[in-house]
Amino acid sequence: MLGVIGAPDIDALFSAVPKPALKNFSLDLPAHSPEFLVEAHMRALAGRNHAAGDGPFFVGAGAYRHHIPATVDHLIQRSEWLTAYTPYQPEISQGTLQMLFEFQTQVAKITGMDVANASLYDGSTGTAEAVLMARRLTRKNKIVLSGGLHPHYRDVVKAYLKDDPDLVCLSPSPEGQGDILEQIDGNTAAIVIQTPDFYGHLRDLKSAADAAHAQGALLIVVVTEVVSLGLLEAPGALGADIVVAEGQSIGNALNFGGPYLGLMATRRDFIRQMPGRLCGETVDADGNRGFVLTLSTREQHIRREKATSNICTNSGLCALAFSIHMALLGEAGFTRLARLNHANAIRLADALAGVPGVEVLNKTFFNEMTIRTAQPAAGLVERLARRGILAGVPASRLLPGDPEVENLIILAATELTTEADIAALVAALMEELA
Amino acid sequence: MSMNNQGRPTGVGTAGTIASGSALLPDEPLLFEIGDTEHSGVDLPEVDLAEDRLGGFARKSKLDLAGLTEPEAMRHYVRLSRLNHSIDSGMYPLGSCTMKHNPRLNEKMARLPGFSDIHPLQPVSTVQGALELMNQLSHWLMTLTNTAAVALSPKAGAHGELLGMMAIKAAQEAKGEAHRKIVLVPESAHGTNPATAAFLGYSVKPVPARDDGTVDVEAVKAALSPEVAAIMLTNPNTCGLFEPQVIEIARAVHEAGAFFYCDGANFNAIMGVVRPGDLGIDAMHINLHKTFSTPHGGGGPGAGPVVLSEALAPFAPVPFIKRVQDGLDLVEHVEEQALGRVTAFHGQMGMYVRALTYMLSHGADGLAQAAEDAVLNANYIKARLEHLFSVPFPDYPTMHEALFDDSFLKGTGVSTLDFAKAMIDEGFHPMTMYFPLVVHGAMLVEPTESESKQTLDRFCDVMADLASDAKAGNTERFTAAPMKAPRRRLDETRAARQPVLKWERPDDLPQAAE
Repeated sequence: MLGVIGAPDIDALFSAVPKPALKNFSLDLPAHSPEFLVEAHMRALAGRNHAAGDGPFFVGAGAYRHHIPATVDHLIQRSEWLTAYTPYQPEISQGTLQMLFEFQTQVAKITGMDVANASLYDGSTGTAEAVLMARRLTRKNKIVLSGGLHPHYRDVVKAYLKDDPDLVCLSPSPEGQGDILEQIDGNTAAIVIQTPDFYGHLRDLKSAADAAHAQGALLIVVVTEVVSLGLLEAPGALGADIVVAEGQSIGNALNFGGPYLGLMATRRDFIRQMPGRLCGETVDADGNRGFVLTLSTREQHIRREKATSNICTNSGLCALAFSIHMALLGEAGFTRLARLNHANAIRLADALAGVPGVEVLNKTFFNEMTIRTAQPAAGLVERLARRGILAGVPASRLLPGDPEVENLIILAATELTTEADIAALVAALMEELA
Repeated sequence: MSMNNQGRPTGVGTAGTIASGSALLPDEPLLFEIGDTEHSGVDLPEVDLAEDRLGGFARKSKLDLAGLTEPEAMRHYVRLSRLNHSIDSGMYPLGSCTMKHNPRLNEKMARLPGFSDIHPLQPVSTVQGALELMNQLSHWLMTLTNTAAVALSPKAGAHGELLGMMAIKAAQEAKGEAHRKIVLVPESAHGTNPATAAFLGYSVKPVPARDDGTVDVEAVKAALSPEVAAIMLTNPNTCGLFEPQVIEIARAVHEAGAFFYCDGANFNAIMGVVRPGDLGIDAMHINLHKTFSTPHGGGGPGAGPVVLSEALAPFAPVPFIKRVQDGLDLVEHVEEQALGRVTAFHGQMGMYVRALTYMLSHGADGLAQAAEDAVLNANYIKARLEHLFSVPFPDYPTMHEALFDDSFLKGTGVSTLDFAKAMIDEGFHPMTMYFPLVVHGAMLVEPTESESKQTLDRFCDVMADLASDAKAGNTERFTAAPMKAPRRRLDETRAARQPVLKWERPDDLPQAAE
């Protein structure tokens, strides 16, 4: 091959590299390794982690452990899904494109919105994108984040809108209290409300939508537990203008926080200000139905510095996993799954309420709740972990230094939570708090 | 077909093919046209919710969500998958996208429950192996680039770019130089570069390319001023060329008080061979899904860790890992930290596992060889085709991609797009077209190290045959292409003018105007 090229050696192909920079170093890295040794290395690392399935597990707060049907993981590992690129050549990418069209339809249906995009990175970055989208749509600046918004989501919005005087972040509201409506004024572009909120409380979207719309502001609804939409009224039916959700719960494993799946849905009129890829239906030269990426004049590869967002990659394979799992559930299964989650959460809440030294703060919840304990939460959760019980998230981990939340633990139950899990948690709490 | 409501077959004919299509090319209906709201492929117990705690917020609106039984779902997604081209089924020479082989050991490791079934917020004491993995990946990335720090959390290349430029902005502000409002971006840059700069409130000042496709240090010097915060330069650049004056450019940028953001999308061409830190970069994102073989998945998920120089290291976002007395700690908050957090949780762990698996499998020696092989393959294609295709920048050996332009098609009646569509009928995914923008009718071919000489030869033979046919006036082969794909050319104008972005029940559609 070098002969055809006319180069004496490989180094000649790197002739544009300044001499002092070319291979002028030795790397403190190992040489190549056979598959069985790499596997042993990785297994040793994995073995040092306590997997959720190893014992009673109640951790949620924005990522949830649900059952994933075996069919989902089998299908997403097919070469044609796994090793394809973004469908820029639609004639040979109809699989991915039709799947995205179906995915957009599913997301629009569960959120009750007109249209959804083909996914974003995750719920947190999606929230920041929604805030920017609301500013473009309203040409107003003030953004108000509810105290029930996941603190990481709040932090991402703060990073995206760095030092912005028009960003108002309300104080954490573990009791479900809210003063967001008082913040809406004529300069408000959007209010951002999460439901179920970070502490598990369900929020009144209808009143929020009415108050926002009366001032020409938009309501952005954030959902971190997408299974809740099987049982709770769709945000679109309550007046939401933009819905952002973390879609991980359907089809995607916990994965220590990523990759996850950002869902975004909105009203038909707002499509052209929506970030991210969109798949649309059309016909081919023979008149057959087909699908293409569309409205790309919003995107960076066409608009460059005038694009709606710098987003390029989305979460295609996670969207596929979501779509397959959702297709397997269907309306009947999705509703059953949500009811099962809620039923287990009621069981958990009632059991916790019976533990001396524990107070359940929620009157309303879907599958997650906050308790106040007689001891600081971080140490208590750590001691429970040593007993093999992953008992939830101390609120102080996400809100350090806030004395109001020091004794709060956020716990989730899903369809995987058993009676025995709850009994083990209750028994351990009784001993620790005795 | 008869099924119970859990999708368990109770009779014959349960796999439900209502699709048509010929031979092995399926024509597949939408899942909403196959399933209905009663069917489900998941067996879940029905619970009695005598009372709820939903506070009156229970759903009243209908979902109208179709379900498929398990065999229906299997068939639907298998049939759909066959309508996709993929790396595993054929060469995918998309320039700038790096479609290299995705080893399946990566997938197997990412699915170990110790990685896939751990929660980002469970106690740090229960995830020491995960933190150690992130630490090891960081070590590889910093060593391969000779940089001082790395921020792992960005979700994709463009997200990494955003973080890198945020760090630069924060560093300029910390120096009291918030007045610097300009970012220099060469014309050949990816679209994400100017989009990122504009997103952060910078005005973008283009730097023209030289006739040889590289950036002139004198042009950079002329564009630099006390108002310039940074330059965003891709190296190797999008024309497939290593910037020969990159060290001088870095020096000039630093002397002017600005930072050097390097778009690392093409790091796969130089990994283990050149360390970007030696060239003077301050920040560079690395697409784990390009360079380190994590799968592209039909458009993500990616991962875009950013390496940072000493000067920018203090501006890294949370979270990061710190060694403490009894193991590793995850720092999730820093008081008065300039940048904060760019995503919930800790980034794309699933991709970290795959990338580290690839690194360990290849080793430092194997990574360097992969880079060299990628460069060898691209130069081979260039050498075999340059007599038939036009090469806009012949002065330097190319790196990992071969760039052609469409001047060889002048007067043939065949466009670049037509040419690309004809490649589909020959079994190849087309190369990247019309990018980089600095070249008219660009055709950017990236074979990667994964292709054998036999495949490269067949590719070159087909390309040569197509070029000869175009020049011979056989335009039908191009303008009518593709003819053998699952779909003929699709009407993109119609899709944009009358957007149909979701399926509607036929009886819910407004009456057609005709």
